[in-house]
Amino acid sequence: MRLNGARAICQSLVEEGVSTIFGLPGGAIMPLYDVLPEFQQLRHILVRHEQCAGHMADGYARAAAATRKPQDERTVGVCFGTSGPGATNLVTGICNAHMDSVPLVAITANVPNSMIGTDAFQEADITGITIPITKQNYFVRDGRDLARVIKEAFHLARTGRPGPVHVDVPKDVLLNEIEWHGYPTGVDLPGYQPTLEPNMRQVKEAARLIERAQRPVIIAGQGVLLSGAWDELLSFAEKARIPVMTTLLGISGFPETHPLSLGFLGMHGWVHSNYAVHNADLVVSIGMRMDDRACGKFAGFAPQAKIVHIDIDPAEIGKNVRVDVPIVGDVARVLTKLEPELNPAAMQNHQAWLDQIGAWREQYPPKHYPETTPELYQPQVIQALYRATRGDAVIVADVGQHQMFAAQHYLYTQPCTYITSGGLGTMGYSLPAAIGAQMARPDKQVWCVVGDGCFQMTLQELAVLAVHRVPVKVALLNNEYLGMVRQQQQVQYKGNLVEVDLAGAPDYIKLAQAYGIPAWRVTEASQLDGAIGAAMAYPGPAIIEFRVARTEDVYPWVLGGTSLGDVLPDTPYDGPTTRERVLAGAGPSAKDASDR
Amino acid sequence: MSKHTLVATVEEGPVVLNRVLSLFRQRSFAIESLSIGRTNEVGIMRLTMVVDGARSAVEQVTKQLYKVIEVRKVSDLTEDARLERELALIKVSCKAAPQRAEVMQIADIYRARIVDVASTSLMVEVTGPTVKVDSLIELFRPYGVKELVRTGVVAMSRGQAAPRSEKNDRLKLVS
Repeated sequence: MRLNGARAICQSLVEEGVSTIFGLPGGAIMPLYDVLPEFQQLRHILVRHEQCAGHMADGYARAAAATRKPQDERTVGVCFGTSGPGATNLVTGICNAHMDSVPLVAITANVPNSMIGTDAFQEADITGITIPITKQNYFVRDGRDLARVIKEAFHLARTGRPGPVHVDVPKDVLLNEIEWHGYPTGVDLPGYQPTLEPNMRQVKEAARLIERAQRPVIIAGQGVLLSGAWDELLSFAEKARIPVMTTLLGISGFPETHPLSLGFLGMHGWVHSNYAVHNADLVVSIGMRMDDRACGKFAGFAPQAKIVHIDIDPAEIGKNVRVDVPIVGDVARVLTKLEPELNPAAMQNHQAWLDQIGAWREQYPPKHYPETTPELYQPQVIQALYRATRGDAVIVADVGQHQMFAAQHYLYTQPCTYITSGGLGTMGYSLPAAIGAQMARPDKQVWCVVGDGCFQMTLQELAVLAVHRVPVKVALLNNEYLGMVRQQQQVQYKGNLVEVDLAGAPDYIKLAQAYGIPAWRVTEASQLDGAIGAAMAYPGPAIIEFRVARTEDVYPWVLGGTSLGDVLPDTPYDGPTTRERVLAGAGPSAKDASDR
Repeated sequence: MSKHTLVATVEEGPVVLNRVLSLFRQRSFAIESLSIGRTNEVGIMRLTMVVDGARSAVEQVTKQLYKVIEVRKVSDLTEDARLERELALIKVSCKAAPQRAEVMQIADIYRARIVDVASTSLMVEVTGPTVKVDSLIELFRPYGVKELVRTGVVAMSRGQAAPRSEKNDRLKLVS
């Protein structure tokens, strides 16, 4: 059978089980779009900017990970872009997936082979650009390589430590016919053999450390979600009676209503979690990469602890933090091997340690707000969302203060229900990612929690929301500031607020109306439940603009360059503000806040 | 900071060198020398790099190299019994006969060869470890080195074994 390159790609995508593609056509990729309608199994979502095709595919893959699958069947997000600007617009989306280990395949077209290297119209050396931000990339100059390349691309994206793979195809390769010998059944990649099964010697060594530990903690990262290891983690933690905290991206990998759950740690993680790591005598890090936002100053990380580090990527072990027992392998398989190695009779009693953490928890609780407040505060909004959704929604948070409040004030109990851009910190991620997440999980209510700064970076995708009536609910927390930057300028740049004021923004209610999306404005706490209830009752997309206090700050706060033990706790609702703390000299000072 | 000799076997292709160099560039690693060429296995190239860096940084970049799909094997030969060789072509100025004789004599001591003779210069080919090539060049400086090219180091472990630290053996790097 003879097929042109475009049909060969579509046929390959069908073989890979792809159902949804996000993209936007242009000159070079038109042959691919020309044949797309022939493949009924492939639903294409037309984005309004290619960056968002990347984010939608990213949100789609992350939300779909809630269904546990063998690694070679993991759901992969797929996006298309044309040559030149179409491809460069995808770069942020690809890089975001790279930093957060999201299985993604990005397919771009390039100018015809005969024009490559001539600075042709809309030509960009896009594979040159994506080398450092992909797990692998391909420039397919011969159509006979297409099926093998797509097979390899999906295999690489979804297995081992997942990540984005980029495939660039010149236009003539899309057009020219090739002999189709069927889709390959396997891959031949001798240089790619991810280690899945752990080394038992190290597993046993870790078990001995766990048995001896008196003040152990588990830090669970996104690897738990990627590996589908939430049941194994729960069982392991319960058997060992070790409290579990998560990283930001690990949120929802362990039920936050569980007595052993400590919530999340890091720069804006809970005081009790950060204190627990700082005072632990054993840290079991599971599927996390010792990120600086999670660990604080590396030299001051868990100073009294032995460290067991479990990760599928050997390059993450020992990269930032010294490790006593490294275990390379897939998290689920490692925990399955580790749990039976524990001898309950040899375990220490951790009750005193759990009590100590409990005491910290009581001492530094989440901020409590009275029934009526003169202004609306962001945590009140998140708490109201939690009440209304009974903790059952998928929360897709953007980047900034609202991201941290959404991590703090919603209790996540089901896997893959908190989705955010953690590594790259891409403002504008949440709206497109929420659209992708909703398409992967039509059974769930998806809330996009977004600040006004982030919203204005990708709000053109409201068109996708409206046209497809994707029932995402948008919680827009509008403080008319780049809030996180303002907060840091306040403290670390002596209150010199420069270019963070977003006042004079559009009227978001009218904006929503322009797209035909119903919208509500909430200005005080008493309106919260009514508006959220109305948005939830509406069958299609809806937007609520919450006019929140302009100068609220996120606490707890581990200032850049300090260790987790130096975390600055929150103050009571009627306590001093950051500004007052700084002026009084009692709070953080610019001196010890060398931001990294 | 210390010098490390890294050897990587990689699949032949237009992008692999770009990928490898991208890793070093991202981490601001100075590559002192780099050479790449075919091996006894069809489709497999061998890359020898001499880099200057702290042990932990070199370990990290080695692990990152393993993540490049086309990279089959990476070895740090620094602590192994090994042979290192590079080749240099040196064009030495010698305007008069006595100088010419001296240059030839020095070359002879270094078991270097005269590969080209012109009226005012000689071209010398020398092979050996970096220190030997360095010292010969230093000896030629007073005469005037008009042109110089070096291939960069190639290295091989002594004995029968292929370079150690196979992919399956990666844990060695962290333990």
